[in-house]
Amino acid sequence: MAHRTSRRVIGALMTGATYGAAALALLPLAAILAMLILKGAGSLNWDFFTRSSVPLGESGGGFAHAITGTLIIVGLACAIGVPIGVGGGVFLAEFGGGPLGWLVRFVADTLNGIPSIVIGIFAWTWIVRPMGKFTALAGAIALATILIPIVARTTEEMVRLVPNSLREAALALGYPRWRTSLQVVVRTAGAGIVTGCLVAMARVAGETAPLLFTALGNQFFSTRLLEPMAALPLQVYVYAVGPYDEWHRQAWAGALVLIILVLTLGTVARIITRGRRVSHG
Amino acid sequence: MTTDAAVLPEPAPQPAAEDRWKALRMVSRGDVAYRLVLTLLALAPPFLLAMIAGELVRGAWPAIRRFGAGFLTHSVWDPVLGEFGALPLIFGTLYASLVAMLVAIPLAVGVAIFLTEFAPRRLRTPVATLVELLAAVPSVIYGLWGVFVLVPLLRETLWPVVRPALAWLPIFQGAFYGPSVLAAGIILAVMILPYIAAVSREVLLAVPAAQREAALALGATRWEAVWTVILPYGRSGIMGAVILGLGRALGETMAVTMVIGNTHEISLSLVQPGYTIAAAIANEFAEAATSLHLSALVYAALVLFVITVVVNALARVLIWRVARGSAAGSSAI
Repeated sequence: MAHRTSRRVIGALMTGATYGAAALALLPLAAILAMLILKGAGSLNWDFFTRSSVPLGESGGGFAHAITGTLIIVGLACAIGVPIGVGGGVFLAEFGGGPLGWLVRFVADTLNGIPSIVIGIFAWTWIVRPMGKFTALAGAIALATILIPIVARTTEEMVRLVPNSLREAALALGYPRWRTSLQVVVRTAGAGIVTGCLVAMARVAGETAPLLFTALGNQFFSTRLLEPMAALPLQVYVYAVGPYDEWHRQAWAGALVLIILVLTLGTVARIITRGRRVSHG
Repeated sequence: MTTDAAVLPEPAPQPAAEDRWKALRMVSRGDVAYRLVLTLLALAPPFLLAMIAGELVRGAWPAIRRFGAGFLTHSVWDPVLGEFGALPLIFGTLYASLVAMLVAIPLAVGVAIFLTEFAPRRLRTPVATLVELLAAVPSVIYGLWGVFVLVPLLRETLWPVVRPALAWLPIFQGAFYGPSVLAAGIILAVMILPYIAAVSREVLLAVPAAQREAALALGATRWEAVWTVILPYGRSGIMGAVILGLGRALGETMAVTMVIGNTHEISLSLVQPGYTIAAAIANEFAEAATSLHLSALVYAALVLFVITVVVNALARVLIWRVARGSAAGSSAI
């Protein structure tokens, strides 16, 4: 009888422990979001979104250059990476049964696990060093390198969800295979593919390390792709490790904007595929 | 309904045999082109991986020729004298990750068990979503939080309390100024927890219900079913999840750079500053004055690349063995 009681007690304790683990795991999330709002929201004003960095000593200034930079770099990364990633993903789903499919899948997952700082170094030796200067383009290529395997794998998953009967129906109507694939299968999986792209965008929008030696950052507003360009995470990093209180204040505000951007992308992605099996980045 | 027949479309005239052959050829040509284009696009990941490996070796070549394998075992890092040994960086990378794993594994597996076994049904999806949110927070924001919240909290609130009890331990030797392996390990633990938890959860979900039911039918409590049946069943998958988390921790850059203190010293003390490969690259690359210094940093990046590729491959093999086809590994990273 005592034995049975102790078994029950242990069971209750361990069940409680898993509740505790869940609570403890969510504590940092709550703490981080709370601090971002507490410390960042106060600095979000018109100037923050419309002005760029000002020289030290002047008050005010904002993140306009960094926000624009992030939009441009991430947009360019998507322009490069999304077509490649989606194409690769459709290949994996439609023709990926053989050894090549296995190889691409394995390599894409491996690529996904490579630290982003290593991707940054790669983009530096591949593009920045031969060109002799830091460019927004190099930053976009570094981010595209991260984006491609994520988009490819989620696209594959989404295309696989399309029921075979749709494929068969289209083929039976006399559609050639390629039109079946493009106009029926890929279109049906469209919302899921868009979701995968948004998740990948959210991931790369927050990346700092690949931009350190590629886009480099810029104190001034710039939209030129072949010049150094500011980006939100870079600017947050520089201001956070800098010595001035004014910088720290702006770093919190920038971080708040960054996380709103990332969470918005993630939420839109979720809404698009609500009710389906959603892939998380 | 005799009118119906009248509105039916006329059957399309059969094309002549010659035209049909032509049409078929056209079709197959389109298919071949389609497949060719997709294959080329699919070759992008292998191409990129090969390029990354090639570029890293090329960039690291001067340092490889100069230091060879001794780079991995020497601990002097002096850009002025041109001496570069990465041992403190390699040690720091492994040590900070070890701390992170020790904190994160029990928590993450606990969360996974909670989500699959014990949580009330209506809590499961929201809690799983919130845990996934942890993975969505950018590294630099963890760093910002680490610098301004976690480090002061450790230094001013926690350390004075626990110091009398722990200061005799070798891992708590020395003065504690804040930026430290401990701070980096805790931040890393928070960052990798969602990855380990998400993959472990998928692994536990893949355990057949019959296993669980059999254990319960034999009189096991629900915890005993988890401990004696479900966890052993998913063991290799959970190992895979853990190793996947390790891969993340080893290469994590920004948050670690901001809180680890950045000194090329080997110390077992958790309260002392340290360094990791990724942090050293982030910190020194832009300021490296000599080409040998740059090359040494690329060499360090190559070492990190090899470590993470091996660790990830190992994780994948373990996860694929359990959740074959369900893409459990890919969807959570």
